[in-house]
Amino acid sequence: MKSGSNLEKVLEAGHFAFTGELGPPRGTNAEEVREKAQHLKGNVDMVNITDNQTAVVRMSSWAACLILIQEGLEPNFQMVCRDRNRLAMQADILGAYTHGVRNMLCLSGDHCMFGDHPDAMGVFDIDSIQLVNMVKTMRDEGKFQSGGDIEDPPKIFIGAAANPFAEPYEWRVHRLAKKINAGVDFIQTQCIYNMDRFRKWVKQANDMGLTEKVYILAGVTPMKNVGMARYMQKKVPGIEVPEKVIDRLKGVGKKKVADEGIKIACEQIEEFKEMKGVHGVHMMAIEWEHMVPEIAERAKVLPRPKV
Amino acid sequence: MIVVKRKPFEEIKTMLKDYKKVLTLGCGTCVAVCLAGGEKEVGILNAELSMARKIDGNPIDLGATTLERQCDMEFLDELENVVDEYEALLSMACGAGIQFLAERYPNKPVLPAVDTTFIGANRDVGWYEEKCRSCGSCVLGWTGGICPVTMCAKGLYNGPCGGTDNGKCEIHQDQPCAWFMIYERLAAQGRLDLIMEFQPITAWQNQKPRTLVQPGYEKQKEAG
Repeated sequence: MKSGSNLEKVLEAGHFAFTGELGPPRGTNAEEVREKAQHLKGNVDMVNITDNQTAVVRMSSWAACLILIQEGLEPNFQMVCRDRNRLAMQADILGAYTHGVRNMLCLSGDHCMFGDHPDAMGVFDIDSIQLVNMVKTMRDEGKFQSGGDIEDPPKIFIGAAANPFAEPYEWRVHRLAKKINAGVDFIQTQCIYNMDRFRKWVKQANDMGLTEKVYILAGVTPMKNVGMARYMQKKVPGIEVPEKVIDRLKGVGKKKVADEGIKIACEQIEEFKEMKGVHGVHMMAIEWEHMVPEIAERAKVLPRPKV
Repeated sequence: MIVVKRKPFEEIKTMLKDYKKVLTLGCGTCVAVCLAGGEKEVGILNAELSMARKIDGNPIDLGATTLERQCDMEFLDELENVVDEYEALLSMACGAGIQFLAERYPNKPVLPAVDTTFIGANRDVGWYEEKCRSCGSCVLGWTGGICPVTMCAKGLYNGPCGGTDNGKCEIHQDQPCAWFMIYERLAAQGRLDLIMEFQPITAWQNQKPRTLVQPGYEKQKEAG
């Protein structure tokens, strides 16, 4: 075991993983985090805690991770390269690990100009792949970037993102290979709507032998309504929503759109369960945490394995 | 070249409000080429300032000189006999020139009339693009001659990130994705292997003021 995290144990035991996501509040209300966490408890193997997502200031990711641990859930500490230099990153990794954090997701981070502080200086001292490598060096060699020794190195299960839907498409699998070379243990993908493109990407990864070296969790976000689908299609960079998905949502009565969105997600999950090279699903039910129990039930991923 | 932009007129006017005799100094190199701080721009700025101050009932006496280079002490020496006639110096050179001017004449208030903007290239007369952040360890040899430190909004060394949108950067549809361009160019040259390797963490060279002494200078000094 690299970290002994629940996610690592679930994946090592060969189970199909099911992970969730939670965005910290724009304030100091811990109850909000606890309330969201209750919907996820027992329904997912681990919960991603976003880090100033979309470059908007929120309660820090590691702090919300600690609340999750108090509530008996396993967090995945997301860390973006936008807001910290290598000193702050290594310090936060030590601190978070000390308090029980065992998983991390290493990300570049959305550019500051998307968020509420567009004039801030983006740090980007290191990039996301370099962050993966930094965490691995801390874990496996017990070394800081400086080369100095770490007393009791942090044992972190190292995650990163992959986006099969951003151009150049043929590059994406090579970027995955780069992340593997840097030392990543698991990948959570961007939200998948274009299944054809995703199948091609996974096949390429299988052909290159990459899926034997890393766990792939397929990203799923159920559509709540047609407006959300259109927004994701037009406004969110790196997300591709085929017109046929929107047509399908439009084709049901207005009151049934959310239900249809869940139905589409469940069909995707069924396919992922059978897809060679896919080891689980990352469920990003954005501001829809209370629906996760129903989604998990309908996706037939319950009960979650005890490992 | 170093590209500069003239400061807003009101800002310049406010900086000069307490002075009645000021020498405006152009620079004949980069800032003249980018049409912001050469002889012609000195003339225009002085004319605007004179008129505005006259209207305000607070006239100003403005001198005008354009040096060959303000980033060179040799040329700054030329001012030695005239500087004392003025209360302040208004420089239209880049930040390097302005600081050298202030160093050469430490008793005079030296004020900037331009904002130094970037190291760039001429796309057309009057149209400049940033191309270099002078990071101190050039990567262009393996990035297809496109600088990711400057052109990628996140300065990534292992791009492109997941935000590429039809070849554009996630920050704006008018901003091409540097790493997309790097990929395309290297693919066309059959050199994609250059970016397949993991690029380790950068040792930043630009985190403290830098001094460069060329080997030729050392030799010359040794020879006396």
